[in-house]
Amino acid sequence: MNLFSFPLAFLFFAAPDAPGTTGRLINLYPVDYAIIAIYFVMVLGIGFYLKRFAKSGEDFFLAGREMTAWVAGLSFVSANLGALELMGWAAATYQYGILAAHWYWIGAIPAIVFLGLVMMPFYYISKTHSVPGYLQMRYGEASRALAAVMFSLMTLFMAGIDMYAMALIMKIVLGWDINFSIWISAMTVAVYVTLGGLFSAIFNEVLQFFLIWLGALLIPILGLMETGGWSGLVARVHQNFPNGDYTHMWSNMGNFTDNPMGIHWTGIVFGLGFIISFGYWTTDFLVVQRILAAKDIRAAKLAPIIGGYFKMAVPFIVILPGLLALAVLPFHLVPESQVGPGQHSYNEVLPLMLARYCGPGLLGLGMTALIAGFMSGMAGNSSAFATVWTYDLYRPFIRKGASDEHYVKVGRWTVMIGMLISIGTAYLVMEFKSIMDYVQALFSFFIAPLFGTVILGMLWMRVTPAAGFWGLLCGVVSSITMWAIVKIDHNMLAYIALSADAKDMAENMYRALWSWLICVTVTLVVTMFTKPKPIEELKGLVYGATELPSEGHLPLWHRPIFWGVLSLVLFVILQYIFW
Amino acid sequence: MSEKRHIVPLSFFVGVILLIYGELILGNSLIYLSRPPTTVLGELHPEVWWGAILTVIGGVYVYLFRPGRS
Repeated sequence: MNLFSFPLAFLFFAAPDAPGTTGRLINLYPVDYAIIAIYFVMVLGIGFYLKRFAKSGEDFFLAGREMTAWVAGLSFVSANLGALELMGWAAATYQYGILAAHWYWIGAIPAIVFLGLVMMPFYYISKTHSVPGYLQMRYGEASRALAAVMFSLMTLFMAGIDMYAMALIMKIVLGWDINFSIWISAMTVAVYVTLGGLFSAIFNEVLQFFLIWLGALLIPILGLMETGGWSGLVARVHQNFPNGDYTHMWSNMGNFTDNPMGIHWTGIVFGLGFIISFGYWTTDFLVVQRILAAKDIRAAKLAPIIGGYFKMAVPFIVILPGLLALAVLPFHLVPESQVGPGQHSYNEVLPLMLARYCGPGLLGLGMTALIAGFMSGMAGNSSAFATVWTYDLYRPFIRKGASDEHYVKVGRWTVMIGMLISIGTAYLVMEFKSIMDYVQALFSFFIAPLFGTVILGMLWMRVTPAAGFWGLLCGVVSSITMWAIVKIDHNMLAYIALSADAKDMAENMYRALWSWLICVTVTLVVTMFTKPKPIEELKGLVYGATELPSEGHLPLWHRPIFWGVLSLVLFVILQYIFW
Repeated sequence: MSEKRHIVPLSFFVGVILLIYGELILGNSLIYLSRPPTTVLGELHPEVWWGAILTVIGGVYVYLFRPGRS
């Protein structure tokens, strides 16, 4: 679960027993249950097997820093690709059309390439165990503590929201009891992450990646066969929805009112494409942790770029099903709050398409892919929280100087206790749906200023420890203030999001942009009046004080920059094709 | 650290689960071959060919990444 799935999570938080919703969308057969059960046995078995390899802190929290570029890259994209995102973006595509693909292309690829080529060398060479850990080395304890506390809160809440969202979906789609889904999934994840640490999380994320693709790929394949290809799909969408433009990505972005999302292209390019995506992909520790587990610096640079290619392909299994639903479903879906007798909500797009094309066995595979997606999201949050709590809060502030074995034990206990707290969060969200809004806001307060703080720290030696802390704090406070202002007086939206017609997503993007600018400005101003660290203390942390290994001796196709530039070229081609 | 060199490759686990799933799906679909599911395009028997694909991919992965293979 990540910032990008948050705007969609509200889709799932209407009353699960709203009148007109069917008891279950899909009936499973014995072979389907067998497939689901085998998945649970497999992930637990992997956890028990990997326990023997997760002895030291480096093993438990960073998978021994032994992952190849491919494994780290697949885990990187898989940690981001949760089931809530799969279902949520398919639902958003049904509602907004192909515009949803922006979150997979401009909202990911440039930032991912930047992470791999520019930032990973500093994360990796510094030997940090986390993003707050990097802040401690670069700026000092105050910055680390602020980042660690915020990150810990976010991951605990997000794991709980993931849990509840999964349980709700299993209830809607399969008729499973919510408590059963919460406890079975949470305890399974808790066991395998406690046993194998990040090893387990990564192994299961890669497994999940294969299951998601193989479980969901049939929908676009059979769907395109049914519509007669892309042109047939477009024709049928226009026939079913003659007043909407669902198949262009940029040509309807010149005005807030010209597109169903209510966004201007500047919001997409500068808000999503720059600030939000760079903030998320380069500083969210859940995804960065997977790259820190790479075996060497070349693998660390290449891993996110490899992940980026797969991220670019994800619209095929997420966006395309949503478009196919617009083309082939004999009825129109409605917002969750408007579901009447015999109607279905946007949320149900993916399960409806699964039920449309998949019989016994394939249904089980598809549902296992969704369950695996949720569980890997929980595992990702769990392992990231354990690392940040143990190394960035417990070790520096509660018990310094203990043995490595002690911290590993603390890490294992943190996983279990963190999971119980997340379960509590899931029940809290069940009772108070508005918490979802606040958690979404919490993430958005933090991610853009954090990017400003980290990137300035990596690229400019002059930035001082005081400036790093105050810039981050002012960026976060300004974001909170802007959010509160709009909550109190909705008319202020016209100033913050540059239009009174802007929707929530647009507001988030512009708020991220302004808070980033404020963070950077404060950082630069405070830098002018405070003392920097001596260069000797910045070695391995900043451009200019770090010896970056040369790749000049490598053939072109072995260099990460070649694959990074190629992915950007492909990204541009896709924008042209779907203009 | 030396124990890590004997860690079973991740790809082997991927192969095992795909092989099991492929055989389950393929086997189940062959049993009901004369009664295809009432899904759209069910007459194309997607369970059969998808189950076969999973079995082949899983089998290849299990063979290529089996423990002890140098």
